[in-house]
Amino acid sequence: MEISFRLNGEDVTLSDVAPGDTLLDWLRERRGLTGTKEGCNEGDCGACTVLVTDAQGSRPLNACILLLAQLHGKALRTIEGIAGPEGQLHPVQQVMIEHHGSQCGFCTPGFVVAMAAAHMNGATDHATALAGNLCRCTGYAPILRAARAAEAEPAPEWSRDAPPEVAQSDAALPESADALAALLTQAPDTTLVAGATDVGLWVTKALRDIAPAAFLHRCADLRRIEVGADAIRIGAIVTVETMGRAIAQHHPSFAELIRRFGSVQVRSAATIGGNIANGSPIGDAPPALIALGARLHLRQGDARREIALEDFFLEYGRQDLRRGEFVEAVSIPRQPDRLRCYKLSKRLDQDISAVCGCFSITVERGRVASARIAFGGMAGVPKRAAHVETALQGQNWTAETVADARAAFAEDFMPMSDMRASAAYRLEAAQNMLTRYFHEDAGAPASVLEVRP
Amino acid sequence: MSVNRPLPHDAAPLHVTGAARYVDDIPVPVGALHLCFGLCDVARGAITALDLDDVRAAPGVVAVLTADDLPLGADCSPSAHDEPLLATGEVHYAGQPVFLVVAQSHLAARRAARLGRIEIEEKTALLSIDDALAANSRFEDGPRIYTKGDPAATIAAAPQRLRGQVEIGAQEHFYLEVQAALALPQEGGDMVVHSSTQHPTEVQHKVAHALGRPMHGVRVETRRMGGGFGGKESQGNAPAVACAIAAARTGRPCKMRYDRDDDMVITGKRHDFRILYDVGFDGNGRIHGVDFTHYTRCGWAQDLSLPVADRAMLHADNAYLLPHARIESHRLRTNTQSATAFRGFGGPQGVLGIERVIDHIAHELGLDPVEVRRVNYYAEAGSDDAGALSAPHAERPQDFNVFPEDISSRKKTHELRDADPTSRGAVEALPEGRVAAAPKGAQTTPYGQEVEDFILHGITDALLERCDYAARRAAVAEWNARNPVLKKGIAFSPVKFGISFTLTHLNQAGALVHVYADGSVQINHGGTEMGQGLFQKVAQVAAARFGLDAGAVRITATDTGKVPNTSATAASSGSDLNGMAVKAACDTIRGRIAEFLARYHQARPDTVRFADGEVRVGGEVYSFAAAAQLAYEHRVSLSSTGFYATPKLAWDRIRGAGRPFFYFAYGAAVTEVALDTLTGENRILRADILHDVGRSLNPAIDIGQIEGGYVQGAGWLTTEEVVWDEVGRLRTHAPSTYKIPACGDAPEVFNVTLWDGENAADTIYRSKAVGEPPLMLGISAFLALSDAVAACGPVYPALDAPATPERLLRAIQAVRG
Repeated sequence: MEISFRLNGEDVTLSDVAPGDTLLDWLRERRGLTGTKEGCNEGDCGACTVLVTDAQGSRPLNACILLLAQLHGKALRTIEGIAGPEGQLHPVQQVMIEHHGSQCGFCTPGFVVAMAAAHMNGATDHATALAGNLCRCTGYAPILRAARAAEAEPAPEWSRDAPPEVAQSDAALPESADALAALLTQAPDTTLVAGATDVGLWVTKALRDIAPAAFLHRCADLRRIEVGADAIRIGAIVTVETMGRAIAQHHPSFAELIRRFGSVQVRSAATIGGNIANGSPIGDAPPALIALGARLHLRQGDARREIALEDFFLEYGRQDLRRGEFVEAVSIPRQPDRLRCYKLSKRLDQDISAVCGCFSITVERGRVASARIAFGGMAGVPKRAAHVETALQGQNWTAETVADARAAFAEDFMPMSDMRASAAYRLEAAQNMLTRYFHEDAGAPASVLEVRP
Repeated sequence: MSVNRPLPHDAAPLHVTGAARYVDDIPVPVGALHLCFGLCDVARGAITALDLDDVRAAPGVVAVLTADDLPLGADCSPSAHDEPLLATGEVHYAGQPVFLVVAQSHLAARRAARLGRIEIEEKTALLSIDDALAANSRFEDGPRIYTKGDPAATIAAAPQRLRGQVEIGAQEHFYLEVQAALALPQEGGDMVVHSSTQHPTEVQHKVAHALGRPMHGVRVETRRMGGGFGGKESQGNAPAVACAIAAARTGRPCKMRYDRDDDMVITGKRHDFRILYDVGFDGNGRIHGVDFTHYTRCGWAQDLSLPVADRAMLHADNAYLLPHARIESHRLRTNTQSATAFRGFGGPQGVLGIERVIDHIAHELGLDPVEVRRVNYYAEAGSDDAGALSAPHAERPQDFNVFPEDISSRKKTHELRDADPTSRGAVEALPEGRVAAAPKGAQTTPYGQEVEDFILHGITDALLERCDYAARRAAVAEWNARNPVLKKGIAFSPVKFGISFTLTHLNQAGALVHVYADGSVQINHGGTEMGQGLFQKVAQVAAARFGLDAGAVRITATDTGKVPNTSATAASSGSDLNGMAVKAACDTIRGRIAEFLARYHQARPDTVRFADGEVRVGGEVYSFAAAAQLAYEHRVSLSSTGFYATPKLAWDRIRGAGRPFFYFAYGAAVTEVALDTLTGENRILRADILHDVGRSLNPAIDIGQIEGGYVQGAGWLTTEEVVWDEVGRLRTHAPSTYKIPACGDAPEVFNVTLWDGENAADTIYRSKAVGEPPLMLGISAFLALSDAVAACGPVYPALDAPATPERLLRAIQAVRG
């Protein structure tokens, strides 16, 4: 297919782009732009971070799992384009030198681009903005000092990109949900690429050929968030990052879970539809959405249906998704916020959950009026804790009730052991998350993230 | 003067603009080929069939090589010639390279490599320490044992006694730049290799051997690495040898970079250890005697395991005077990746062992662990308790002879030894010097070295006061009394780290310095730049010798054609050795210029001054450039080599006696953590460090090493868990599953201060080595977590490492009894 984008201020049109061509390989091997580094080739280290601008704004993305076709109609800035046209250093480059923010320097281009993106967007929670960039030398201290030092500097004009106007160039780049529905009716085996944070790994690690593929980023009508009186409806290609910001005022604990979901590079690419549709048992959004009673909106041609989200996940690797059908949106019923999300992982930031437990328990006159509890990492699918919910339902909201409900977890879950955690630990931690919910509900501090030195 | 100044890293402007070039960034000539290994996924067995037809038929494949195609063997070992590039009949770990694909692109090579069919008759793999012990599978014939005094009797007679053990997990280097090499064939069969290696001479040696050529036919260049941490001391050999062999066979440039997953599966990691202890002590916590047993899991090949295990033994005392001690070390051979050098080189595991003992004693006695540490410290340098060490160095008996007299009587003809003498793996390659006993009354380590520069009393006092330790310890106790779910912990830990290669002859370095006629200076030395700022530090030394700004000095890529026979940039020794060698070269040139100008102006050479970019002689003032030009015009040589060999060393590693270290580097840290007792999740709240780098060559670079070392050490003991499955396959082979610290894991409050003092030993500008010692300060984070766990119940936590949330939750349950 043919695609057009703007690279460091210069318009580029490429023909013969294959669906599996990654931006990183193109930059390094074809374009000779070797400042963007390959550290892991799976979106986990940030050494390949580039700055991408479209109508939604500017954001950092991992070039290793960004497929070239996803760039159609966007502006791209690599490390080579972060300094000014006359070689003037960007403020974040200047402070990185002054604060000794580089040692071996291999991660540095990725850090600089991620910092430039955060700087442009006015982000000052630097540890969050840089959670997707690994550095093995510095211990991060000088990098954080540099990021703080750059806060006051204005973003230079040259770093502000405008995306180029482009037309639809290929049927594989549909411009609406209708077009996508038609395409899938015709070619139901098409690989759908939204953010490519999962599909990208099929390409770079499994070395799979993903053709035929369709790239969804130009389907503007799949990117809407509608806050209605009864529900919040989130289009399938809304990025996780955007959803996190939208949900913060309604369910702050969900937003905090999303803050720890991947990294800003991953969240800015990953879509909510993708996080659901890939059916992973360790996706972090589904447990929270299930606890909120979310509904999934599916479409096949012109036919639409709506199901409870938990019913979508049939068993490991199998979803209730028909041939040619796709996720159009997910909707969350409006409700008083009782949601608490607990993401348990070896590392606090940018780590896949060993257990992700989400609880929404409503208490009326001292009794549990309703309980919706769902877990990731505890079964082959994101799964509701039906027995635990039953054990709580109608009981007095007391430590005894919480203790009594522990036994029900083993009826709901038989977790597995892997490199992230043992089965026994998963089960016990899940039980303890209910205890934590109870403590937090009583106002006791129960998160290490809230403890200050 | 340009030394002691916090100048930025010389390559920082290149780093931040993406212009710094790593091996994979070097533009390759047209026709370059790309390599990928085909790996086995069985931990132990015999190859019964190898079907590579599909590999050969895959698009873009130019050649496929197996061990049968390598008549010279292509050994990649730095020690025992036990690492063939490609498996020869047997496979010894899951991930071992079996064949080599040469293809037109990196991707084509990777795709093709997956098409090989390797049939293996599996044998029972030895994976764990227990497996290896049961099978008596080990390197060296039996355990190595160092003994001081009569530990068995002393332990038995001591008022109190404790036994325990600690398991210490492995650690993946996770340098951000994977292993990479590029070989460029030259005329006449010569080879130029660009290698991401800490040891260009080792790569040169290995490539020469694989090509069947003398070392002069191979030139290895290393501009920089994207991180090394020990992981590129020997692990860079394989890709470099592979590239050279493929380049020699095809006549085309060949490049190889491992995919990250391949890198983690193929290469060695930090040794995991089990340490058993048996200690006798008194009511003040004073250790009377201690007996350690180290079980070291070395993996399939010997690599650098012997000196690593030695260094663990050499740090079993850490900062403590052990009156009676015994250390027994087992180096176990298993069917896993060959464990290798990693920042600290066994030292961290040895230190953790004794710190665990101290912590256990303090818990047993209900004392503040800081007090138990203090009563066991070596005596401070210059104090009355320090015995003979107050005597001036020159008056100590000098019996260190590095040229034993009897060597000629042993052998009439001197043959080239088969071992690689420039490698740390060549443990017994050379006869060592005669080993002298420490002076009577001196305080000595368990291996008999006098500790004459101990300064941890002063460091400890200053750090504890600066970080308000006593009040914060009380506040932690109060918090823990109030909060049922979240507990806090606080801990102090010191480090004393021995500086020098324990293979004594490696403590040498060479340099090559040119002054050009325009006054610009180019320097070269055997050290490699992996981010540690070595080039910048040494440039500052050179600039200081000539009285120039550091910017006037250019350091060029490490190159075996410029400085030969170099040691690995390792053992924290980079600036100590290469700084001295460059200084020697600079001083030679400076002396020639001074002598010439003195002659020219009828002055005395010692009155010629080099400062502020100028050379003053008599009443005349030249710019340095003018002086250089004049010297050139008067046919004065402006180029010189320089050489340095560390003095005073003599060490017998078999007996465990002598002086392996020129001096010790010191430091201490206090860490405070928060722990969630429901899940084991935790966070470092604050870390305070006071560290000794002598008179810093560059305080900014040194602080960077300390901050980075601390976080890497804390990562080793907390989130970084290397997991193998029951058949020996590595399950944590990518950053998605192996978790090094991220930005949010840096301590929220992080205070690092340099100790104000100079090295008592005569080092380059009285500075001290800094690369490895701070890693051990991360032990304070582990101990702080243990302290938080201890707040949950009466039993001693006996925490194993890494302290993942899961291990912490298990420990919490255990201490509740």
